[in-house]
Amino acid sequence: MTISTRADFSTIAGWIAPGARVLDLGCGDGSLLAYLRESRSATGYGIEIDDAGVLASIGNSINVIQSDLESGLAGFEDRSFDSVILSQTLQSMRRIESIVAEMLRVGREAIISFPNFGHWSHRLQVLRGRMPVSPSLPYQWFNTPNIHLCTVADFDAFCAEQRFRVDERVVLHDARRVVLLPNLLGSLAIYRFRSS
Amino acid sequence: MTTAARSVGIVAPQKTLFAEPLLLASGASLPSFELMYETYGSLNADRSNAILICHALNASHHVAGLHAGESESEGWWDNMVGPGKPVDTERFFVIGVNNLGSCFGSTGPASLNPATGKPWGADFPIVTVEDWVDAQARLADYLGIERFAAVMGGSLGGMQALSWAIRYPARIANALVIAAAPNLSAQNIAFNEVARAAILTDPEFHDGRYYDYGVKPVRGLRVARMIGHITYISDEQMAEKFGRQLRDGLNFSFAPEFQIESYLRYQGEKFSEYYDANTYLRITKALDYYDPASATGGSLSRALAPAQCRFLVISFTTDWRFSPARAREIVRALVENRRDVSYAEILAPHGHDAFLLDTAQYHAIVRSYLGRAAG
Repeated sequence: MTISTRADFSTIAGWIAPGARVLDLGCGDGSLLAYLRESRSATGYGIEIDDAGVLASIGNSINVIQSDLESGLAGFEDRSFDSVILSQTLQSMRRIESIVAEMLRVGREAIISFPNFGHWSHRLQVLRGRMPVSPSLPYQWFNTPNIHLCTVADFDAFCAEQRFRVDERVVLHDARRVVLLPNLLGSLAIYRFRSS
Repeated sequence: MTTAARSVGIVAPQKTLFAEPLLLASGASLPSFELMYETYGSLNADRSNAILICHALNASHHVAGLHAGESESEGWWDNMVGPGKPVDTERFFVIGVNNLGSCFGSTGPASLNPATGKPWGADFPIVTVEDWVDAQARLADYLGIERFAAVMGGSLGGMQALSWAIRYPARIANALVIAAAPNLSAQNIAFNEVARAAILTDPEFHDGRYYDYGVKPVRGLRVARMIGHITYISDEQMAEKFGRQLRDGLNFSFAPEFQIESYLRYQGEKFSEYYDANTYLRITKALDYYDPASATGGSLSRALAPAQCRFLVISFTTDWRFSPARAREIVRALVENRRDVSYAEILAPHGHDAFLLDTAQYHAIVRSYLGRAAG
């Protein structure tokens, strides 16, 4: 079984302590958990609603629980995980505030990654009057699952309003870290934060 | 990967006598007992590839294959177990066992009580899921299996798999708990009680001593089975299969007119021909009694604390007898214990009976899980 790796995996793995317990929301085929198991000896569970993802996760020997994230994390106790991860899934969820609150209830910290709508190529396409399509936003307006796209600046403001303590923020483009003008030059943002 | 799926072919049951007494949950003890079982595939050199299949209410040790000379004798889980099937007998040594108190060859109410030389009948003790599991462990000892690669079952069979994980944590590597619940709801018990009432009030029941009179409480058994069948099928499936279809119009009588009536009568009729009423009473009681959390102050999480194995829990969306919500209680308790558990909720229209059918996602999940199971 080949395990795909995404650009945010190594950044996320760098924040996971060896042997940590993690919960991966929207785990897909379980490849992030498999990566964290191999690189950090992490244990835990993935949550996935899609049948194909659940089947692939089981094939990857991942503990996967088939469930709809939109209905919350009722089956999980408070503070039962070191990290709760939402990797490139936030933008397709309906109730952002409630899932983030749930993440910080069951985990000591939350790790969230999302495509940066503020990337210059997206801004340019909007200026030209079209909805952006790019490697990080590969859908057309009529078939996109993304309903809550945001920019790095938007998510910074969200964390400030919610009084989250942001411990790390990494913005990438083509798997390289963008330090200068991240909201303009970065296409993938990864945040690590907790309740303050 | 695997060969094309096929049947295990012709199989023959075996029977073994266990001469040591078995102490039961009720406090009673069986002086000795016999278990009927079948095996498929072969046990590997280090005896690590055995899978035990536990049966539900009306099934038996005959899980897969055919009995010689009986063309319609296919095992009850033949779509699941066989060469190239999700439980692949080219890789695993699979055991089907008939539970104590049943009527398919293992010691039960119709067996002779050694103390009297007559059938046990009403005197046969009430046995529990835990008693079954203890008896199955004796069979494992006899077959030289120290640790099962997996114990699996659907419905009441899933409860036995769960019980194995709790009672014999060192003897099981994986538990597959399918279409099961951590205990019966009041509604579940109510259905069982109606079924028992039908048997107990049949004039031919004779307080369970009907063997002595050469009769069977077949009317009670029929009604019991009809009630059961209603709960195995979803409303949606019943509507699709039968709707309000009539056999041939209304004739203003109490003969079966709607298709669903004749279906239930047929199922009841068929069942009453081969099933024993005393067994039905006892197996429904075992279901009602099953409640591992009762030993830990109502905490399923604490009840499951001894378990060490990996779990696969499966439910079916339209199963209203053992609903997905009940399966999630098991998952939650396992997560609280930080156990390895995967949970799949299979989209299936059939209701509880879906665990016996071959929905593609369901079988793919079992196949994939066992494909990765430690041998």
